[in-house]
Amino acid sequence: MGYVAIKGGKASIEGAAAATDYLRASSGKQNQSLTLDAIEGQLRLLVSRVVSEGGLYHPKLAALAIKQFQGDTLEAAFALRAYRSTKPRLLETPPQNTVDMRVIRRISSAFKDIPGGQMLGPTYDYALRLLDLGLADENPEDFRAIARHFLADAPENELPDSFPKVLDALRTEGLLPPLKPVAGAPFDITRQPLIFPVPRAAALATMARAETGSLLAIAYSNMRGYGDVHPTIAELRVGYVPVMLPHPVTGEPMEAGEVLMTECEVVAMFEGDDQGGKPVFTLGYGACFGHNEVKAISMAVLDRALQKGMKDGAANPSEDPEFVLLHVDGVDSMGFASHYKMPHYVTFQSDMDRLRTTQAKAGIDTVRQKDTV
Amino acid sequence: MNNTYELPLDEAGYAFGFMDEYAKKEVRRAILKAICIPGYQTPYASREMPMGRGFGTGGLQLTLSLVGGNDTLKVIDQGSDDSVNAVNLRQFVQMTCPGVDVTEKTEDATLIQSRHRIPEKLLTEAQILVLQVPYPDALVVVEPSEARRKTMHGEADYSRLLVKLYEDIVKFDEITISHRYPTRIHGHYIIDPSPIPRWDVPKLHQSKALILLGAGREKKIYAVPPYTLAEPLAFEDVVFSVEDFRDAAGIRRTCSRCGTADSFLDEFSNEAGEKTYQCSDSAYCDEQLAHQTVHAQTTNTEVAA
Amino acid sequence: MSRKILEVNNLTKIHGRGCPLCLESTGPEADTNICPHCGSVVAAHGVSFDLYQGEILGIIGESGSGKSTVVKTLYFDDAPSAGEAVFFDEDAQYDLYSLNAAQQRSLRNKRFGMVYQNPHLGLNFNVSAGGNIAERLLMSDVAHYGAIRERARSLLVRTEVLENRMDENPKKFSGGMQQRVQIAKALATRPPLLFLDEVTTGLDLSVQAAILDLILEIQHELDTAMIVVTHDLGVVRLLAGRTLVMKYGRVIETGLTDQILEDPQHAYTQRLVASAL
Repeated sequence: MGYVAIKGGKASIEGAAAATDYLRASSGKQNQSLTLDAIEGQLRLLVSRVVSEGGLYHPKLAALAIKQFQGDTLEAAFALRAYRSTKPRLLETPPQNTVDMRVIRRISSAFKDIPGGQMLGPTYDYALRLLDLGLADENPEDFRAIARHFLADAPENELPDSFPKVLDALRTEGLLPPLKPVAGAPFDITRQPLIFPVPRAAALATMARAETGSLLAIAYSNMRGYGDVHPTIAELRVGYVPVMLPHPVTGEPMEAGEVLMTECEVVAMFEGDDQGGKPVFTLGYGACFGHNEVKAISMAVLDRALQKGMKDGAANPSEDPEFVLLHVDGVDSMGFASHYKMPHYVTFQSDMDRLRTTQAKAGIDTVRQKDTV
Repeated sequence: MNNTYELPLDEAGYAFGFMDEYAKKEVRRAILKAICIPGYQTPYASREMPMGRGFGTGGLQLTLSLVGGNDTLKVIDQGSDDSVNAVNLRQFVQMTCPGVDVTEKTEDATLIQSRHRIPEKLLTEAQILVLQVPYPDALVVVEPSEARRKTMHGEADYSRLLVKLYEDIVKFDEITISHRYPTRIHGHYIIDPSPIPRWDVPKLHQSKALILLGAGREKKIYAVPPYTLAEPLAFEDVVFSVEDFRDAAGIRRTCSRCGTADSFLDEFSNEAGEKTYQCSDSAYCDEQLAHQTVHAQTTNTEVAA
Repeated sequence: MSRKILEVNNLTKIHGRGCPLCLESTGPEADTNICPHCGSVVAAHGVSFDLYQGEILGIIGESGSGKSTVVKTLYFDDAPSAGEAVFFDEDAQYDLYSLNAAQQRSLRNKRFGMVYQNPHLGLNFNVSAGGNIAERLLMSDVAHYGAIRERARSLLVRTEVLENRMDENPKKFSGGMQQRVQIAKALATRPPLLFLDEVTTGLDLSVQAAILDLILEIQHELDTAMIVVTHDLGVVRLLAGRTLVMKYGRVIETGLTDQILEDPQHAYTQRLVASAL
């Protein structure tokens, strides 16, 4: 008799890959392979999500990953992470002040008007979620005309290069604690393990590449009542931030490119100052690659909740740094959920052994009162 | 958006060992620390591998950081070299580590990566066994907070784990832990020895080979160095026991393929609906079978039928 | 005279950041334990006493007096802000607050016992009554299941918990029975020093009396030194040979219990005694 096992591994794996690729190629009438350009441009929010959760700002590779993994954001982000593992870290960029962001959208829900003005920009916030059947069969000519008309209709007056931060105004008024200088390099979660208690920088970095849904779920628990952050969005901005690197010869910082980012700053309940000063509002901060507003807001709420938990002890799951930070990573959590599909029959054999032994003893023991000898 | 940027299509080839050299160096540093403090869970910045967390990424990072051109690698899952996950991991190492030999024979391997089993054949001083670990911390069943567990380990405070054993015996007259059996290393740290069956736990004790355990998702590396004390947790009067493969009449079951009576057996139903038992360790089974073919030709017709 | 077990000097606990005016701005004269300058709470200050083998010392006061703070710092539930305490074991002495966390845990597990007012603090409600006692024995490296069972059984019998309820979860027990399990757990390692924090508060009078009797019997049998914290004069009258009276974090009167009850010196103690009659 042959060896009974999950045999023929090699052929099965190749078969699975071929079947997956077949499904990618066989669907649709047009039978056209998606171009990376189309993914990057037309599925830009999907690309945003993947660069953010992958923790690697590379929209082209993200588009490729989306194509290869057929739109699965967890798998696509995962592929970016694995790609990153092959690359050494050569340089570190200096911290950037997001006041210099080339903004495409910024809003504040704290004030009717803010210095520099509100700028709605590209958002679905006030769109009616009615299906636009016109998109079902969009003719290429009309499609191209959309961009042409938008640019032609754009107002003449140029937008300013940068906008002041809403928080700076609150800070000047003394409603916020003064900025504290941050000592040392930020915590790099790709090079250092999390050992609790972790600094806030490590918490922020972990959340910046966390899975959107996971962050949202835990932040939502706080918003609903398992917590009491009660945030007001002082400012949410989306735009491009320059990436500065030292020039290889002169060492002077030079702009090597820019990254699209979403940043959210929330103001929450005020608190007495530890040093006996006046009470001030507390803050929560969220920022991530790409255009991911829900993620940035969730992160800001959780940053506030975690700061509270680190100070006073966690009263809710969303205030517990271990609970939040160890459960929001998409690559970790999806990998572990998937691994249950692997064979576990050695451990199950062992489980059966224990159950049978215990059952056998229980059979013998039904008459005997335990431990009364 | 940088529309002029082109993808580097010539990057398809990977460096030896997939991970960048700094990452491998960091893993090796963590390994050295783990060996110096037997059983201590050394944190490290686990990298993402191209297979899922939980599929052996911790073990794989150990293997990739250790493997060199002179090594011969064996990869097993559930005891078998031919299971899908073992094949997958082996192919990946072959693809990214050109020149590394692979083998299915335990004795020929210098490096063995395994999930859920330790080979039946005694390992030697020249070998390293890498075990894949889903849950590195034996205390997780009694304490969810990692920060508190770290203190408990530091102080060797394992009373709550022992109380769990006590309660087990009170309730079931037995210790019900089947696999991942808490094991004390070198008299101090208690480890989760990965989901190996109890059958394999005694193989940790005074092992000639270096045993490394890697948890990729939980970002920990720990070690049972060669010739180190490894004691499964138990009471003086309620001792640790391995899986019992005796039938109702008290006779030790044998492998239906090779006939051996001294290996961990997998149980399944054959097409006729009858219970069948076979060696979990496929290489060991093959060896027993080959041995019989040469030396005991009279019996093998029945066994290999 | 019997052996000294504990020597406490100037024990102080301030919650909050504290300021140079905290100590002079709080206490019985200031009629508060909250510093008006910085808002910190001076939970205890300048508490000093000695305790001898087999002696029961009472600490009495109303809530906020700092009486529980004293035993919490001695049992390492809380770290003091200042002061020292020396524990004299049979063959060694320990300066409690210069020990590291592991040494403190070891003393707490093996040489001290604590019975809290709230059984949730003293018992693990996820395991059986016997398991609670086993935990303490296991901390002290007892590794024989049968021996642990036997010891747990005899302790529960001694504290008058029904033997056949040994394998039940204590959350099903009555309040009085939970306190008995706590006492059995505290005694598991035969500690020379036991802390009792309002152990009879909230129990029926008949149950209170039975528990207090049990405590006295244990003291006679084992010669255990005890610190009994209570707001109930009846408890110190019955148990304690000597008593400290605390108010707003300070000891205002100390002496033989009979003396304090018969002839209180401090006006506050006088009111306390008068109101209890």
